[in-house]
Amino acid sequence: MAESTSRSSGAIKRAYRWVDRRFQIQALVDYMSHKVVPVQKFSIWYYFGGITLFLFIVQVVTGILLLMYYRPGADSAYESVRFIVAEVSFGWLIRALHSWSANLMIFAAFIHMFSVYFENAYRKPRELTWLSGIALLALALTFGFSGYLLPWNELSFFATRVGTGMAGAVPFLGKYLLVIMRGGEEVTGATIERFFGLHVAILPALFTVVLSAHLIFIQRQGMSEPLEWKEKPSGEKKYMKFFPHFLMRDLLVWLIVLNILAVLAVFFPDGIGVVHWPLGVKADPFSPPPPVIRPEWYFMFAFQALKFLPAHIFSIEGELVGISVFTIGGLIWAFVPFINRKSRIDEPSKLFMYFGMFVILFIIVMTILGYLL
Amino acid sequence: MTRRFWTIFLSGLLLTVLTPAIRAEETNNCLTCHQQIEEEDGPAHKFPRDIHYQKGIFCVDCHGGDASLDDMDAVRKVKGYRGAPSHLEVPEFCARCHSDATYMRNHNPSLPTDQLEKYKTSIHGKRLFGEKDTKVANCISCHSVHEIGDAKMPYSSTYPMNIPGTCGKCHADSSYMAPYNIPTDQLDKYTRSVHGKALLVKKDLGAPACNSCHGNHGAAPPGVASLSAVCGNCHALQADLFNASPHEKAFAANNYPMCETCHSNHLIEHPTDSLVGTKPPALCANCHSDDDGTKGFAVAEGSLASIEELVQHRAVADSLLLDAHDKGMMTTDEEFKLREVDQDLIETRTLVHSLDLTKLQPKAQEGLAKADTVKVRSAGLIDEYYYRRKGLGLATLFITIAAIGLYLKIRKLR
Repeated sequence: MAESTSRSSGAIKRAYRWVDRRFQIQALVDYMSHKVVPVQKFSIWYYFGGITLFLFIVQVVTGILLLMYYRPGADSAYESVRFIVAEVSFGWLIRALHSWSANLMIFAAFIHMFSVYFENAYRKPRELTWLSGIALLALALTFGFSGYLLPWNELSFFATRVGTGMAGAVPFLGKYLLVIMRGGEEVTGATIERFFGLHVAILPALFTVVLSAHLIFIQRQGMSEPLEWKEKPSGEKKYMKFFPHFLMRDLLVWLIVLNILAVLAVFFPDGIGVVHWPLGVKADPFSPPPPVIRPEWYFMFAFQALKFLPAHIFSIEGELVGISVFTIGGLIWAFVPFINRKSRIDEPSKLFMYFGMFVILFIIVMTILGYLL
Repeated sequence: MTRRFWTIFLSGLLLTVLTPAIRAEETNNCLTCHQQIEEEDGPAHKFPRDIHYQKGIFCVDCHGGDASLDDMDAVRKVKGYRGAPSHLEVPEFCARCHSDATYMRNHNPSLPTDQLEKYKTSIHGKRLFGEKDTKVANCISCHSVHEIGDAKMPYSSTYPMNIPGTCGKCHADSSYMAPYNIPTDQLDKYTRSVHGKALLVKKDLGAPACNSCHGNHGAAPPGVASLSAVCGNCHALQADLFNASPHEKAFAANNYPMCETCHSNHLIEHPTDSLVGTKPPALCANCHSDDDGTKGFAVAEGSLASIEELVQHRAVADSLLLDAHDKGMMTTDEEFKLREVDQDLIETRTLVHSLDLTKLQPKAQEGLAKADTVKVRSAGLIDEYYYRRKGLGLATLFITIAAIGLYLKIRKLR
């Protein structure tokens, strides 16, 4: 037994040397083995980036499997999704996993973003890491928006009509933007085909590039240390080796998330509560819209805030004012590493702390009101 | 030339558009005076709501006289003055225009012009013209007078939903109808019937009102011989099956009214399976017994057995389907199949009118086969539901073991 084990490990070492002689991977392994992760009371938040990555991998795998049977088009999209759920072996599971992991990924991404924000981890020298993260979140939200229409059912059709209609309120460009998004004046088969192209080709390509940059930045710069460590003597700072200690913990969290995902997919294949995606009836552009049209939960805060606005504010269209405020707010959020001067000198900023808390509170309150009203 | 053409064209257009308005604005001393001397609900106050007024037909068009005069005595002396017609004169009075196809074409070309002819064939018309009975209905009894509405308008007395009430005004009044010695419970029965509920409760304007079976201007009770034809206007399949069945001759020979014998007339209730069979409340046993020398008894038993079997299988299929659906399984195809079973059940029930088991039983078998398919598929979906949970349990177990192993390894590394 011991002899066979030592024989197999000898074979692995020989294979490793064979690869190393050709690609010099030992330098990379040395680099990785020196990498450390700070150990502090908020270390738990470090795992949410990894969780988001894991859920994205699930998205890619299940998305590829769905792609084998999904057929875009007004006459085939709904039928193909119905076929996947009803006829294809484990098709229901793949769709449920895809939908659950999409929602959980956005949730994890939000937590990851806010934890980075409140720990000031975006400060110099990690400005580009933050910016690439914001770009990834924007791409993930676009993934969600474009994917929502693909089953071509009643809910997705009318929600997309409302969503793309909002884009039409953008000043000057609105009309063109709306036509580009819809592939015409109305949501039709042309819309589903361009949303499909966006969802399975353009977005994955962009996401892969930005995600690679994001991960390379993290690997090069390591995890950010807490602000209060600035005054701490070196002896009191605790670290953990990234490889294998942190990586194994990451894997453990991934396994737990996988378990949760499996339970959710089996027990609630169509989602639950406000997070649900029943196939329902096929989209019919000539039927009256359902009494309640709601966007995905992660767009609800913006949707509800825009609903609260009056038709006109100082003779400017209310919706236009709302979209402009959101755009300005989003830009401030994205460029916070450059705007928050205190973060550049490793000092906490109460102003930005309150701003962050206001944003969280605003999102939570508006989302709840969106479902209650 | 062009200028003249346009002048003529525009003048013609202006005249066409404005003529009714100009007429309405013409001096109408009839209305002016009568509105002053009449109560709020008098004819002159009602008339502006009348379809005739709205179409530009005014007082003098019916009553004669001259609307520009303001002295009633002078009006009465005008040639052609007709005044108010008596009850007996009303049909001819209205028919002056309504039987004139040329005149009617200018106002409402789609309206028939045979109302008077039909009225003369009706019980009302026969009694009015034959026996000079002025209690019977004439035109204004149903259409009202001076506020006659288009039958398509909900406020009209001849709007489908208002017809039972219009007829019931006389026919449900026992003291008014006493001299005629006919029942006065038709309205009450109709209101409780499947037709009455459809029209008055569900507001289904396609449901029959009194005139659908009795006719309107030619209103008369359908005779025994014509009853299946009357019902067959809507229930065509049932009527065809009945006319080809042994009942057709037997009913005719015994002078039984066709549909009415089993379904009654004004109080037609939603038929249930219990009407078929040989035990009360089944109707077949009213005439048939097992030793009456006909196949009737056996056919009744066989028909009921086939229907009940299909109903039972459908119920089991439905219950399994509901269970699968409640468990979150995709049941769209099975739901469609169950609708086909429902259709077969309707057709099987309809085939009862054929009194032919060789037609009824194959249809019932068709439904049974489909119901069994739904049962098998639904049971399969329920099995799949439990299979998924077992699979999940196994997967969770493996993942948990892997997680525990990883956790132990992490502890060891510390």
